[in-house]
Order: sequence, then structure tokens, then C-alpha cells
Amino acid sequence: MAGKPKLYYFDGRGKMESIRWLLAAAGVEFEEEFLETREQYEKLLQGGSLMFQQVPMVEIDGMKMVQTRAILSYIAAKYNLYGKDLKERALIDMYVGGTDDLMGFILTFPFLSAEDKEKQRAVIVQKATSRYFPVYEKVLKDHGQDFLVGNNFSWADVHLLEAILMVEEKKSDVLSGFPQLQAFKARISSIPTITKFLEPGSQRKPVPDDKYVETVRRVLHMYYDIKAN
Amino acid sequence: MSGKPRLTYLNGRGRMEPVRWLLAAAGVEFEESFLETKEQYEKLIKDGVLMFQQVPLVEIDGMKMVQTRAILSYIAGKYNLYGKDLKERALIDMYVEGITDLMEMILMFPFSPPEAKEKNLDSIKDRAINRYFPVFEKVLKQHGQDFLVGNKFSWADVQLIEAILAVEEKIPAVLSGFPQLQAFKIKMSNMPTIKKFLQPGSRRKPPPDERYVETVLKIFKK
Repeated sequence: MAGKPKLYYFDGRGKMESIRWLLAAAGVEFEEEFLETREQYEKLLQGGSLMFQQVPMVEIDGMKMVQTRAILSYIAAKYNLYGKDLKERALIDMYVGGTDDLMGFILTFPFLSAEDKEKQRAVIVQKATSRYFPVYEKVLKDHGQDFLVGNNFSWADVHLLEAILMVEEKKSDVLSGFPQLQAFKARISSIPTITKFLEPGSQRKPVPDDKYVETVRRVLHMYYDIKAN
Repeated sequence: MSGKPRLTYLNGRGRMEPVRWLLAAAGVEFEESFLETKEQYEKLIKDGVLMFQQVPLVEIDGMKMVQTRAILSYIAGKYNLYGKDLKERALIDMYVEGITDLMEMILMFPFSPPEAKEKNLDSIKDRAINRYFPVFEKVLKQHGQDFLVGNKFSWADVQLIEAILAVEEKIPAVLSGFPQLQAFKIKMSNMPTIKKFLQPGSRRKPPPDERYVETVLKIFKK
């Protein structure tokens, strides 16, 4: 029904962060319910709210949506951030697939041992600089436009900015060989909805810490033994 | 552009099989190039045809598409297998993503070490029976229609029949508690394009064997 979307997740980034980014970029206000205890999670399960027994879950337009990609696609289409036709959508999907794979390496990072964290940091930087960033650098260079697809702000731009900032948190000068991406970062960050999201007090979540890891493990009874890639 | 879509992948299921299923279900003929050696793969990378240096690659409508989900979404959109509006698309996406999570376990299974195989098989069985199949059983029971979404054949139906058959290869009696899914399986298998795909001589690939695993490791392992 009408009303703001409501996000059900932990009080931390995880798989929900890309959804927070996209809603924020689209200028859509949203509410959040944070999972802190196992009991809360079991209550959601018993209530039948989680289609595949998992979060993220987003209540939006009368649906209890699950599966991050499904949620993001819905939001992108609803708020005209998904290109103007099937071919632009295909490009956006490809680009988002890449940034999603890159962010996937970062998603598991907080759950690793200290030793594995150092290995994984190197993997993240290597993948970013040799496989992913060059693609977007070239796309921007080739068409010379402000946005990745169709000369129009889209989900692909939001997702790429999110990925860039996350990798920079692991290595602050990672964009040094990528002038187009540096300019892209500045440009997209200055879009009003995004500027707002990047300011303190927004619903953007901080880098996950040990407390976040403990909460996830406590609530889900999972992710005790994650290894580096 | 014209011409049939061309799929570039190994000669086996892997991440390309859902694409073969969807094209076949849509009645679309396609060509295939099979990667057999590391050199072939490195040449593709050198030629700049793999956006993120990965396969699957599908050349379709003038695009060199990568990223399985992007490819499948494009095909579904193009051939009207993606619902009639945004909400139907949302349902299809949710169902497909759930099924994909289950299929991912099956995808990884041949590559798990021998000592982990029994545990992994138990996990597949547990997830299929307790997490995924009950959802679709309930969806079909509640609306009583032949197809998962909008009373119309869609990508979600193709993905589900593929998953059912893949799980059954590992756990033959897995549908025993799911009468709706049993009926669904029969109905889908009898749809002309799917029936054709299920016959010998089609583009459907057999379950992965040791030779397939060896080829994957040979081509992709650093």
C-alpha cells in the first residue's frame, strides 16, 4: 500500500546497502527495522514475511519483496533509473553485474580472520584495478558523457559510485590510474540526492565492524567460517 | 542485427545452461562456440570481447552480452517472458533469484572436494525441500493456474522446470511431497518447445562429469 518503503535488515551495510543507495539516489524516503535478536528474525520467519527465509526484505507497494537484485530492479524501473529501452537496460544490467561481483568481494570481508582480511584486501584491489575499473573508465572515455548509459542518470551510475567508495575505503588512492572515474565520482557525488546521502545523519551505514559481524552471526546462526577468495 | 544468437562457453552446463533453456523455451535457434583450451580463452580476452574477462558470452542483436542475469533478462524481455507489468516482473525476478540460489549449489557441487560431497548433497536436498520447493508449491496451489506468474508462461516457469530436473538428477524422489510441482513438471515438459529441448539431440547439455570439471580447471585456474 502507499507509504514509505520499509527495509528489514541488520543495522549495517551487507546486502541492503545498495538498496539504501538506490532509494536515496531516487529521492525516496524509507523506513528501516533493524534485526538485533534471533527472536525478531524468527518472528519474521513465522509470520511468513520472508519468501526464502532470508533478508533483505523490503515492503514496497503492497509487496514483501526479497532477493536484492529483484528489489533493486523494481526500484530502478519504478523511478526511471533503468534506461529508456531493452538495450539500455541490457547495458545497465551488465554494468551492475560487474559492480555487484566487485562488491561481493567486499561483502564477506568483515567476516574474515585478520590474516585473511589482508589477503582479501589485495584481491579486492587487484580485481578493481585490473578487471572492473578499466571497463567503466573506457565506457566513460569512449562516449565522453556524464553518465554510463544513454546520457541519463541510471542505476548503473549509483551502483558504480557505491563500489568506488567501498574500494577506496580499502585503498584510498585506488582511483589514481583512472581519471575518468575520478571525475565521475566528483560528478555523481554532487547530485543533490547523493550529496545528501553522503552527509552525516543520512541512512547510509558505516563500514561494518565486529559488532555488526556479531549481530549477523547471532541473528542468523550463520557465517562463522568464511574464507578469503 | 540479424542472425542467430551465438553462445560462447564450455561444452557443458555451467552458467550457460539457463540461457540455453530460455532461448529454447522461447523457440529461438542459436549457435554455440565451445571453449576447449586455455589459449582460446586467453585469445577472447586479448580480443576484448569479454567485458569482465568472463564467460558466458552471448552475441545477440549486435551486443556482446556478458553477466548471466543480464543476458537472461534481455532474452526474457525480448521474447515476452517477463510478465505484463512491473509487479509481474518483480514476482518473476524474486522467483528466478531464489531458484538461482538453489541452482548455484548444484553448479558448485562437482567442484567440491570428495569428502565434502555428501554434506553438500544433503544441503541441496535440505534447501530444495525446506526452502525453495515449498514456495512454488504454495504459489501454484493458491492460484491454481498452470504458470507461476500472471497465468502466462514466463521465465520463472522455465527456470523452475530446469531446477526441478537438475535436483531430481541428484535426488530422484525429491518431488514426492510436492503434488503441484509434479503436475507442473509434466505440464512444462509437454510444452512443445520444452519437449523438443528435452529430447536427445537438442542443445541441452548432460550433467557435468569429471571431464567437464577438468576442462573448467584447465581453462580457468591460474
